[in-house]
Amino acid sequence: MQVAIKRLIANEVDGQMGGVKSIPSPAISADERSHEVDHPSSQVAHFGTEQPLRLDCGVDLSPFQIAYQTYGELNADRSNAVLICHALTGDQHVANVHPVTGKPGWWETLVGPGRPIDPKHYFIICSNVIGGCMGSTGPASINPATGKVWGLEFPVITIPDMVRAQTMLIDRLGIDTLFAVVGGSMGGMQVLQWTAAYPGRVFSALAIACATRHSAQNIAFHELGRQAVMADPDWHGGSYADRGIHPHRGLAVARMAAHITYLSDAALHRKFGRRMQDRELPTFSFDADFQVESYLRYQGSSFVERFDANSYLYLTRAMDYFDIAADHGGVLAKAFAGIATRFCVVSFTSDWLFPTSESRALVHALNASSARVSFAEIETDRGHDAFLLDVPEFFDISRAFLQSAGKARGLTGNKDG
Amino acid sequence: MSVQEVLPLGGLAAGQSGQFRADHLLVAEMVKPGSKVLDVGCGEGDLLQLLETRGIDGRGIELSREGVNRCVAKGLAVVQGDADTDLVNYPDDAFDYVILSQTLQATRQPRVVLENLLRIGRRAIVSFPNFGFWKMRLQLLIGGHMPRTENLPATWYDTANIHFCTIKDFVQLCDEINVKMERSVALDLYGRPVPLNLPWWVWNMFGEQAVFLLSRGGGK
Repeated sequence: MQVAIKRLIANEVDGQMGGVKSIPSPAISADERSHEVDHPSSQVAHFGTEQPLRLDCGVDLSPFQIAYQTYGELNADRSNAVLICHALTGDQHVANVHPVTGKPGWWETLVGPGRPIDPKHYFIICSNVIGGCMGSTGPASINPATGKVWGLEFPVITIPDMVRAQTMLIDRLGIDTLFAVVGGSMGGMQVLQWTAAYPGRVFSALAIACATRHSAQNIAFHELGRQAVMADPDWHGGSYADRGIHPHRGLAVARMAAHITYLSDAALHRKFGRRMQDRELPTFSFDADFQVESYLRYQGSSFVERFDANSYLYLTRAMDYFDIAADHGGVLAKAFAGIATRFCVVSFTSDWLFPTSESRALVHALNASSARVSFAEIETDRGHDAFLLDVPEFFDISRAFLQSAGKARGLTGNKDG
Repeated sequence: MSVQEVLPLGGLAAGQSGQFRADHLLVAEMVKPGSKVLDVGCGEGDLLQLLETRGIDGRGIELSREGVNRCVAKGLAVVQGDADTDLVNYPDDAFDYVILSQTLQATRQPRVVLENLLRIGRRAIVSFPNFGFWKMRLQLLIGGHMPRTENLPATWYDTANIHFCTIKDFVQLCDEINVKMERSVALDLYGRPVPLNLPWWVWNMFGEQAVFLLSRGGGK
């Protein structure tokens, strides 16, 4: 975060002469981003026409591919595999330098040498979700039927679809049961979907800052973001790729609005307050006088460098549709009936996007199913974003949960992790 | 009155007993190895850890966030929750034993909590500080102030313990709601069991705390 602030200040200094300034154009070209879509800097699992992905909307997606990263070694028993599920704007580059942005992996605080999820002990897998734009098949990929970018021709996907695709990847890797499935936010939704749909394949589940369904408020924020994308004249009904352009203004606004929901009033106040950006007095213009404005503009412009606008529409939609209870006759506990998976649920006090009450509802359902569950609410003012930040109490809990599960699983050597 | 029985404190390795609380050791002795246990008000998980060493599948509920997080950081299956409001979420017969250790007096509705314990668990183990203990009586009688002890140091205005009872009171409640007392032990100030051949009023006078193993029905 500190790095981000330094960079945004640098951006602002560069742009000061411009007077009234909108969101800057991306520094990384669309070509660099779209290259990753079809030729990712990752391992790729291809699934041919004989192995279609059956989607909830009724379409069989075929052929399709999944881009994924792995860290560490699969043990002889094939019992130490950990699947990391990424959030809305994440990707498979969980613990390595990002090929487009050059930034560190998005969860290097949790995953990596000496971290709670250490490649020394676990075989760690992280795949780009179906519908994503970093190498797994999504709206930015080429539709083999037309030879053109899918765009809005791509079928609408759901969280269960993402997980179904992940099961095919896990099968391909020769893994029957995952030692752990771990994820936060949309990644947490995938964790819960794994346990509800494939309980026998998940030994332990670490679900962070998530919910079993997307709330009305969250759907509302997603709709705001989607409308911002669609209102950009460069969007062209989703077929911008054919014209070699990208609706980066609309997508940046969507990201700015969403980013506010990832923080908290207290965190914004602490970090920025009403402080001015490199100036003493207001400019009496719509320039980014306030640091918080500058920060948001930076968040918006850096996001569009690496993310596809249509992909953002599809993935937010997938989250909106998510409701585990609805898939089980409206009774959440039925989704987890008789489950043997060990759960650890974590929430953060200042997270108003996925508040503790959502985690508590999940825990009550797990209790009603007599599942083995740990539930910790961690005190922080950093909002939803806390799960990606350096929060030692969260790491202690994650480490202890995985060590305890490892003991039950008969994994040796993860004690010193 | 039901059967009184002092439990043997054997079965623990030499030196092991020193690191655990007397009532925890007593509770652990009452739980059959291999069973499934819910510890309501599990604090920092000391009892759960003790049970784990005996191959018992233990789960916990704790009110304080700090307590919960310390438990979870020990790898224990503990959730944040309130004995008064969250026991309703558990199905009938979910556990072999439900333990309420030194927590009954802090609940808003001890009777409802007790009924829930024996709905969720086939057996319940309840321990509580005995307000009939002679030191307590003496403080009120002679000192004229609300009793405070080493184990209950809080003043009347900041204590979380809102429903104190004596052993006699508790036995009466068990009779009223048709709860069977399978075993009962009173511990003196030093954590030693009060001899079983003494009458109830002696227990009520010299027991600093009491531990009861309860089951459903047929108590009368």
